[in-house]
Amino acid sequence: MTTVLLVLVAIMGTVVWWLFRQTINVRPWVERRPGENVLGDGALSLPPVKVGLGVFLAVATSLFALLISAYYMRMAGADWTTLAVPKALWLNTGVLVLSSVAMQWTRGAAKRGAIAGVRIGLIATGVFTFGFLAGQLWVWQQLSASGYFVTANPANSFFYLLTALHGMHLLGGLWVWAKTTTRVARGAEVGAVRLSVELCTVYWHYLLLVWLALFALLLSTPPRQNSCTPDTIAICGPAR
Amino acid sequence: MSYVAHDESAFVRPAETEEMELYHPKTFIGKYIWSQDAKVIGIQYSITAIAVGLVALVLSGIMRLQLGFPNTFSFIDPSNYLQFVTMHGMIMVVYLLTALFLGGFGNYLIPLMIGARDMVFPYVNMISYWIYLFAVLLLMASFFVPGGSTGAGWTLYPPQAILEGTPGAHWGIILMLVSLAFFIIGFTMGGLNYVVTVLQARTRGMTLMRMPLTIWGIFMATILALLAFPALFVSAIMMMLDLTLGTSFFMPALVLKGQQMDHSGGSPVLFQHLFWFFGHPEVYIVALPAFGIVSDLIAVHARKNIFGYRMMVWAILAIGGLSFIVWAHHMYVSGMNPYFGFFFATTTLIIAVPTALKVYNWVLTLWRGNIHFTVPMLFAIGFIFTFINGGLTGLFLGNVPVDLPLSDTMFVVAHFHMVMAVSPILVIFGAIYHWYPKVTGRMLNDSMGKFHFWVTFVGTYAIYFPMHYLGFLGVPRRYYAVENLDFIPQSAHSLNATITVAALIVGAIQVVFLYNLVWSYFRGKPAGDNPWQATTLEWQTAHTPPKHGNFGQTLPVVYRWAYDYSVPGVDADFIPQNQPPGTSAGDTGEKSS
Repeated sequence: MTTVLLVLVAIMGTVVWWLFRQTINVRPWVERRPGENVLGDGALSLPPVKVGLGVFLAVATSLFALLISAYYMRMAGADWTTLAVPKALWLNTGVLVLSSVAMQWTRGAAKRGAIAGVRIGLIATGVFTFGFLAGQLWVWQQLSASGYFVTANPANSFFYLLTALHGMHLLGGLWVWAKTTTRVARGAEVGAVRLSVELCTVYWHYLLLVWLALFALLLSTPPRQNSCTPDTIAICGPAR
Repeated sequence: MSYVAHDESAFVRPAETEEMELYHPKTFIGKYIWSQDAKVIGIQYSITAIAVGLVALVLSGIMRLQLGFPNTFSFIDPSNYLQFVTMHGMIMVVYLLTALFLGGFGNYLIPLMIGARDMVFPYVNMISYWIYLFAVLLLMASFFVPGGSTGAGWTLYPPQAILEGTPGAHWGIILMLVSLAFFIIGFTMGGLNYVVTVLQARTRGMTLMRMPLTIWGIFMATILALLAFPALFVSAIMMMLDLTLGTSFFMPALVLKGQQMDHSGGSPVLFQHLFWFFGHPEVYIVALPAFGIVSDLIAVHARKNIFGYRMMVWAILAIGGLSFIVWAHHMYVSGMNPYFGFFFATTTLIIAVPTALKVYNWVLTLWRGNIHFTVPMLFAIGFIFTFINGGLTGLFLGNVPVDLPLSDTMFVVAHFHMVMAVSPILVIFGAIYHWYPKVTGRMLNDSMGKFHFWVTFVGTYAIYFPMHYLGFLGVPRRYYAVENLDFIPQSAHSLNATITVAALIVGAIQVVFLYNLVWSYFRGKPAGDNPWQATTLEWQTAHTPPKHGNFGQTLPVVYRWAYDYSVPGVDADFIPQNQPPGTSAGDTGEKSS
């Protein structure tokens, strides 16, 4: 639980510190300034939906930090056999990086006001993201075909759970992506989709970071007891 | 409110947006059923939560019947009893208290008190309620599935929660876990709204430090809930996989009825960590809104500014921060490393400091105040009593050596009911008596209210105070029957019977409250706009009940904090937040510190 403790302390620390900064030298019982704009007093001057996304990312961070914590705790169990990371995951990671790059490029195009660039960028993002999800499904297929079923080992269970939750977050992002793309396809102005594109960009980068963290988690936990990979399955038999 | 700014430079900062684009309902259904108006959603949340809370109240009555008069009621068997315990706990903590404070009061009060027309994402807000309702219906459905609802205890500890032999181990537990998952998804949608609305939609002049403490409490509790509920979500999913797919996240190797089960190596303590990582902040998710609301009730009805407003805000921040590092004090008996116990006992005692500070400030606000013994004030004072009582026993249980022998006894039941059941419920009652006039335009009947208060307050003391003694005697909690045990004297059984009688009376008397709610809606005394002469913005609306958009043509502008009661030199004993300086008789507009 140390991981999640540190993450949550960081989040709560930021929140409490920020709120404390807003309130430290204020004496509301004395002040009677006429109604100045609240934004002059340190509120965030961002569109609400951006703040909303920020808060949601904090919630998602809490979720993944908890899972990583649980992963470490469960790893101490005697029956743990770390899953050898399938090679295909490197490819998938590359595809996800590309989708993030494409999204960033789309954002640049949206800033410049180039609707054609936005269109191409969004389509490229979609292709790469669906490519990543298909790749993940393919890895699942490959793993279960070689005997790494979800129940065979707690490491496998965690692998499926983590990738599934990450994939579902991506699907949620793709829903917003689909709405934006539809609007662009129907001839919307750049200004009408600029904010959506920005939000998607932030979300894509965030999910890339989460994936890199999860991937690093899978890579950094050294195989114990049994070092079978899907390639050597014939020699050492299905993991059990 | 448009979700999309049309141009980066055209984005108008929220407080300067005089008119926001509101959703305009056209039909009855659009106005009252599929409503995107936070006020209506708040009322929907409240009614649903109270309805499901009544179910849980009946369950507790049945439990008490069994404990007070064992072998009398044939319809209560051990399985039923455990199911009732479980459902009572889960409903009360999650589906009543959390939903009512944040979904109910949060939705109704946040936009009104900070001077906004609505929540920033009204559509998401509406979806949030309907997901909550769906979660409640799923939970209620679990009473009727084969095997009935789960009887695993509200903590749902594995492995027993999903093992054969525990009531509802097949269907009941699944419905419970799915219902919780939906609740969390729905809550997250609502919670995003509450946080962003408080941050972004305050009216001109409503600085953070001019917000009423009610808003501070709800705001911080929402942040806690957003970060803590994922822990319950994760544990629900993982237990679900253990149950349906046969994974071993939590399930150790087990032999059941001579059969080796498929699970191996899972860690039940992992579940306990995850559960209490949610479970302890949950206490403060319920307590912080209660703290905030009770501060406002006391200030309004004692006609005094709240003592130490800044301290109150900082205490809320401190409690919020600390509430994430005390969870394992629920797990002293789980066999964890003694140094962990030391750490968590220390943090538990530290969190008592800001909490005690709040209690002092409430009492000091009352000190030499012009106390009006209205029904909300009675409930607020009642809260201070029960909260101090429950808080002090919390200090006992926060210490490892005291907790170990008491952990599985009625002492714990007495403690947490005092501190997080009775106390928040008293605040909820007080808040309903306080804000009902704004919601309906009519006052609740005062005589019925006072009767309701005295029976509830004295009655709950009669229930929970003696339970501490039962706990000292070692009477175990969760047990269906405790007969024929040498260490439990006959007097303990008599006490149990007395407690049951008190519980039934308190339970039955809530009918008076419900009757009052309905009767006053039609026959109550018209309230006017500001019956309590309060300063906060919700009492300054042009209409009572407030219409869609809350504040008529123009949003109010705020010039002062929320606690200008009995200001020296000013004739009126309160100055509304939106009254410009120098406009009330005797007010010079200058104030010395």
